[in-house]
Amino acid sequence: MTALRFDPTNLPPETAALRQEVRRFLAEERARGSWSPRGDFGTHPDPAFSRLIGARGWIGMTWPRAYGGHERSGLERYVVTEELLVSGAPVTAHWIADRQSGPLILRVGTEAQKQRFLPRIARGEIFFCIGMSEPDSGSDLVSIRTRGTKVDGGWRITGRKVWTSNAHISDYAITLVRTGPPEPDRHSGLSQFILDLKAPGVSIRPIRNLAGHHDFNEMVLDDVFLADDLLIGQPGDGWKQVTSELAFERSGPERFLSTYRLLAALVEQGGYDPDDRMAEQTGRFVAHLWALRGMSLSIAGMLQAGEAPNLEAACVKDLGNSFERAIPEVARLVAPTVPLPVPGANDDFAAIQAEAVLNAPSITLRGGTREILRGIIARGLGLR
Amino acid sequence: MTDLVFETADRLFRDAVDKDLLDAAEAGTFPRELWRAVAETGLVEAFADPETGIADAGAVLRAAGRHAVPLPIAETLLARRLLQRAGLDAPEGPLALAPADPRDRAAFVEGRAMGTYYGVAWGGDAAALVLLADGEVLVADPVRTRIEPGRSLAGEPRDTITIDGPVLAHAPAPTDVAGLRLEGAWARSLMMLGAMETVLDVAVTYANDRVQFGRPIGKQQSIQHQLALMAEEVAASSVAARLATERLDGPEAFLAVAAAKIRCGEAAGKAAEYAHQVMGAIGFTHEHTLHHFTRRLWTWRDEYGRESDWSIELGRYVASVGADGLWPWLTRA
Repeated sequence: MTALRFDPTNLPPETAALRQEVRRFLAEERARGSWSPRGDFGTHPDPAFSRLIGARGWIGMTWPRAYGGHERSGLERYVVTEELLVSGAPVTAHWIADRQSGPLILRVGTEAQKQRFLPRIARGEIFFCIGMSEPDSGSDLVSIRTRGTKVDGGWRITGRKVWTSNAHISDYAITLVRTGPPEPDRHSGLSQFILDLKAPGVSIRPIRNLAGHHDFNEMVLDDVFLADDLLIGQPGDGWKQVTSELAFERSGPERFLSTYRLLAALVEQGGYDPDDRMAEQTGRFVAHLWALRGMSLSIAGMLQAGEAPNLEAACVKDLGNSFERAIPEVARLVAPTVPLPVPGANDDFAAIQAEAVLNAPSITLRGGTREILRGIIARGLGLR
Repeated sequence: MTDLVFETADRLFRDAVDKDLLDAAEAGTFPRELWRAVAETGLVEAFADPETGIADAGAVLRAAGRHAVPLPIAETLLARRLLQRAGLDAPEGPLALAPADPRDRAAFVEGRAMGTYYGVAWGGDAAALVLLADGEVLVADPVRTRIEPGRSLAGEPRDTITIDGPVLAHAPAPTDVAGLRLEGAWARSLMMLGAMETVLDVAVTYANDRVQFGRPIGKQQSIQHQLALMAEEVAASSVAARLATERLDGPEAFLAVAAAKIRCGEAAGKAAEYAHQVMGAIGFTHEHTLHHFTRRLWTWRDEYGRESDWSIELGRYVASVGADGLWPWLTRA
């Protein structure tokens, strides 16, 4: 049996000052009116705020200076990330570029691609989204049908992507495309492209979610021409590229903090002298949060040391997501009588609770469903 | 150092503790020979090293949980630590430690101890009793107390001890009943972690071996998912237990130990449930060894404060820290 490993990680002392710097920045900018934690779920996009964050050096923190990065450690990035998330700061616009697209370009991109995209990402000037799912391909991602055909000087792409979060505010989408036959196995023949969302043939339509928000999009790609220099990595390596950084995507604080502000609001509801029922629930949540953050930090340390704790990351995401979903379920039962939860309610608790309930289903779907994660863990345990 | 301590303890327990020994212990035979081996190896002195003592003791406790060792390892470790901090000599042999139940009332007046302690692990088998009463640490001779034998769900001795008389030694206590309960909760967390690791291992092995519908049941998604959930619970417990070990003597011991006892206690119940479901009727037999671990999990999660008790205490503390102070506190701790 493969044992899961969570090595001890201690945040280096210099991160304490950085944490204070982020808190001070957020407080000052909030006082100045640059942002406010809206009564919404998790976080929201604000390109102007992303540029502010970029100017502070908090996008692409770990990348080389030569590409606009700041050569800081993954643990320093971790601290900035968790502070931004807990405060409810609007980090959505640059989130994917910072966490995923930039690191992908850095890892497998050409020198020209690095020069072209990374500095602008780090400044918060260009935003990325991810085009993976299709109408007939969700968890079984390998079955995608969007096709790329080699033509002179580039590729022609045709297909349809769905559930593409934030395509409407992004400049580029890292898009997974079938460019070759599924041989020697079905994971072969996939490639990733940096799709320019303003290219002719790209149309983006909103798909409103049940909470009434426009986050999802449908992207229709009708014979879109992408020059050779927009292929990212090697043709046929798409699957390997998509799955090689899953530990980064599944272990971060965004996998257990998306309803943190509701937990804080619940603590507020309980006041200084909560009854046993309230105290038991908030205490239990804090114990879970404490353990989850410990697990997540442990993985951050292992990633920093060059390891790939994919199984451990799947654990953090599955447990973290369950924790996030439990908070609104418990909050509705133990909160003192408050106005009924309604989006946009004047009462902060009611507004946050409403958004948490309405958005909860997405938590255990995005970034790998519960079922997929548990399958990965089971395989890691030596089952199958 | 700590890794070596764990390996030593793990090997010793693995070689010595089998189903026969566990059944005999449950029938009332104290495993003297095993105790001698433990004492000779110095495992009950694990706290001695000022640098790595807590981590070493934690490693011994986790190993003890892994093999369901039917000995007062935790009690002797903690009692020796208490005596050492109080400047008293530790008697040889297994020690009992009380109070384990914070509702116990006892007094120490003019050299005489008076009171009743409930749920004392191995009270009747101990060479000496180490007690807290009226701000003093007492060392008492079990022969001069009244001991009513009792049993935990796991069949381990949990005795009621009534004392009314002089003690062998005493000194001002370096900790109070709450402090002792905290250390007991920490110890039980590590023991639960160890037992859960074994339970997971046993269940995964069984799922790969047991064939139904023409294939190993471990190929069934429903079985896989229960085992994955169990692995997640064990993983969370391991981190919570480690964080508590790192902080046991620090300013944030309350947060870290409360979180560990809550997290491991909750995980213990789930792990036992998943394991028994995966293993079917064979796991429910006395013949199979699974129950030696699951019955201990069901016992240990209730001792030194249940999840609910610690959650209420932690929740009250969180309320005093306040919603705005919560995150700064967690990131400072």
